[in-house]
Amino acid sequence: MKYDVRICEILKKEEIAKGIYDLTVEAGELAEKAQPGQFAQIYIPGKTLRRPISICSADAAQRTMRFVFEIRGDGTKLLSEIQEGQSLDILAPLGQGFCLGDTSRRALFVGGGIGTPPLLYAARKFGGNASVALGFRNAEAVILEKDFRDAGCKVQIATDDGSYGYHGLVIDCIGQEMPEVVFACGPGPMLRAVSKFAADRGIPCQISLEERMACGIGACLGCACKILRDGREVYGHVCKDGPVFDAQEIVWEVG
Amino acid sequence: MADLKVTVAGVEFANPLIAASGTFGFGHEYSEFYPLSTLGGISCKGITLKERPGNPPPRIAETPSGMLNAVGLQNPGVDHFIEKDLPWLRQQGTKILANIAGNTPEEYCQMAEKLSDSDVDMVELNISCPNVKQGGVQFGTSCAGVEGIVSAVRKYCRKPLVVKLSPNVSDIGEIAVAAEAAGADALSMINTLTGMRIDIRTRRPIIRNNTGGLSGPAVFPVAVRMVWQASSRVHIPIIGMGGVSRWEDVVELMLAGASAIQIGTVLFSDPYAPVKILDGLRSYLDSNGIASVTELTGKIQAY
Ligand SMILES: Cc1cc2nc3c(=O)[nH]c(=O)nc-3n(C[C@H](O)[C@H](O)[C@H](O)COP(=O)(O)OP(=O)(O)OC[C@H]3O[C@@H](n4cnc5c(N)ncnc54)[C@H](O)[C@@H]3O)c2cc1C
Ligand SMILES: Cc1cc2nc3c(=O)[nH]c(=O)nc-3n(C[C@H](O)[C@H](O)[C@H](O)COP(=O)(O)O)c2cc1C
Ligand code: FES
Repeated sequence: MKYDVRICEILKKEEIAKGIYDLTVEAGELAEKAQPGQFAQIYIPGKTLRRPISICSADAAQRTMRFVFEIRGDGTKLLSEIQEGQSLDILAPLGQGFCLGDTSRRALFVGGGIGTPPLLYAARKFGGNASVALGFRNAEAVILEKDFRDAGCKVQIATDDGSYGYHGLVIDCIGQEMPEVVFACGPGPMLRAVSKFAADRGIPCQISLEERMACGIGACLGCACKILRDGREVYGHVCKDGPVFDAQEIVWEVG
Repeated sequence: MADLKVTVAGVEFANPLIAASGTFGFGHEYSEFYPLSTLGGISCKGITLKERPGNPPPRIAETPSGMLNAVGLQNPGVDHFIEKDLPWLRQQGTKILANIAGNTPEEYCQMAEKLSDSDVDMVELNISCPNVKQGGVQFGTSCAGVEGIVSAVRKYCRKPLVVKLSPNVSDIGEIAVAAEAAGADALSMINTLTGMRIDIRTRRPIIRNNTGGLSGPAVFPVAVRMVWQASSRVHIPIIGMGGVSRWEDVVELMLAGASAIQIGTVLFSDPYAPVKILDGLRSYLDSNGIASVTELTGKIQAY
């Protein structure tokens, strides 16, 4: 089985920044299958649709999985109210994650806000070869800095208001980097800028996208995104063809 | 042990649960969870004569106890379906319904003809997709339209013909009668109800198509009412659907007049719903001494 539904006990829950929660769950064999960049569909009691949340990291030995999410609406609010010792109904691991290739290459990871968590698991595999640039609204919104440092990565932080690290956009603090491969997740404009950064230098770049989902496994065709396949523009599906895509495959919407 | 077999228009299903068109693709993704023979049948994603790209995203919105979709019939076309998808599906030990949609009667007829020479068990005529400008709903909302399209397709269709009705009509009974008179072997209902959500922050519709089709538990009472009204007017069997999420709903919709049941949206919250619903249904029948599930059909005692 590639993926399955499992009732997972919440082992640890912590609010790591205002409105941002860090959950570690007991995930059994799902933890062994999970690859960096894949995601889970989490059932929220009372909601018709599961909520897609990236697998921030997975520990095959401990059989645990970690999720970091931000309250964005009703569903994530309800999710934040579930306590340690209670259980979550999780469908995972889903989608195509990052294709890491040779982890002795110099890798650049670029994350924006709540787009940061999906990068952690992949960055760990690169350890000291990873340079990580993360952008946040302000000092209070900064998350996972220590986790990336503990993994041995070089970390730069940018904030919109300059209250921590570089004052400005994360894209403006990666100019000096000379990576051999780029991985990114975050808001659309940031992803577009990172794709251009990589394309200008002829470096491969993989980016993780979001779209509204129903099934999460490729059956309902709900989570469409325009991609190039065999030279043709088609609607691919974030849950099955992604969430990680080769940046050159993406057809960016104008405007 | 109660007998779960049902027969609709001469096709025998091992149990009354059929996956609803558009929610189950062509089966591959759900075969990760259980053998597809768990289900009595599968109604495949709606297909058209030529490949269709579908609508731009977002295509999905959540609603209280339901969801909207405007996928827009993204599909690889009927020939691809017959050559690439059907052979694998055929081996899964479940009945196959091909769900077809078109712009013109000629397109429907051509598809019906191709499928008549294929291995599908039934053809489900989708004249009720609310999400594409010309996806058949123009035929499905008036009696004359329904009669025209069903009698045209009937001439080309050598498989049992199921006509899938739209709930976006004022008198479902009249429409059901028109479909029967024109040669339908069975009816299936309901397709989605047209709905809309707006993001109050951006003042934009959440779905790029502006409107979408409402499904899920929110529409269940509408489905019960429509199946009941239609079944009192026609003699052909009805495949009921719309918001079924528990075994109790299966019993209720069968009492209203359904001979088999399709389930869709519930699969998104619980992919294992078919297994759970069948377990519940079996123990209900056993503990009430009901020998065959077919005994439920139409047994409502209406006032
Ligand atoms: C592959 C993937 C990975 C993700 N990983 C994370 C993560 O690690 N951490 C995190 O905080 N968030 C993540 N998100 C975004 C997260 O899914 C949404 O914030 C969440 O679904 C919002 O739900 P809600 O009920 O709080 O919001 P509401 O706005 O009330 O949700 C209404 C509906 O819209 C959907 N929706 C709303 N916003 C989004 C969105 N941005 N993406 C997809 N669906 C959305 C919801 O799932 C729900 O069906 C991810 C999204 C995707 C597609
Ligand atoms: C994502 C999605 C796609 C659908 N696509 C089709 C389709 O291609 N053809 C069709 O006849 N009905 C389609 N439907 C309608 C369903 O088959 C069904 O009639 C409806 O969803 C009500 O049942 P439910 O509440 O159990 O989902 C679709 C529904 C959904 C949610
Ligand atoms: S969410 Fe169903 S295909 Fe992606």
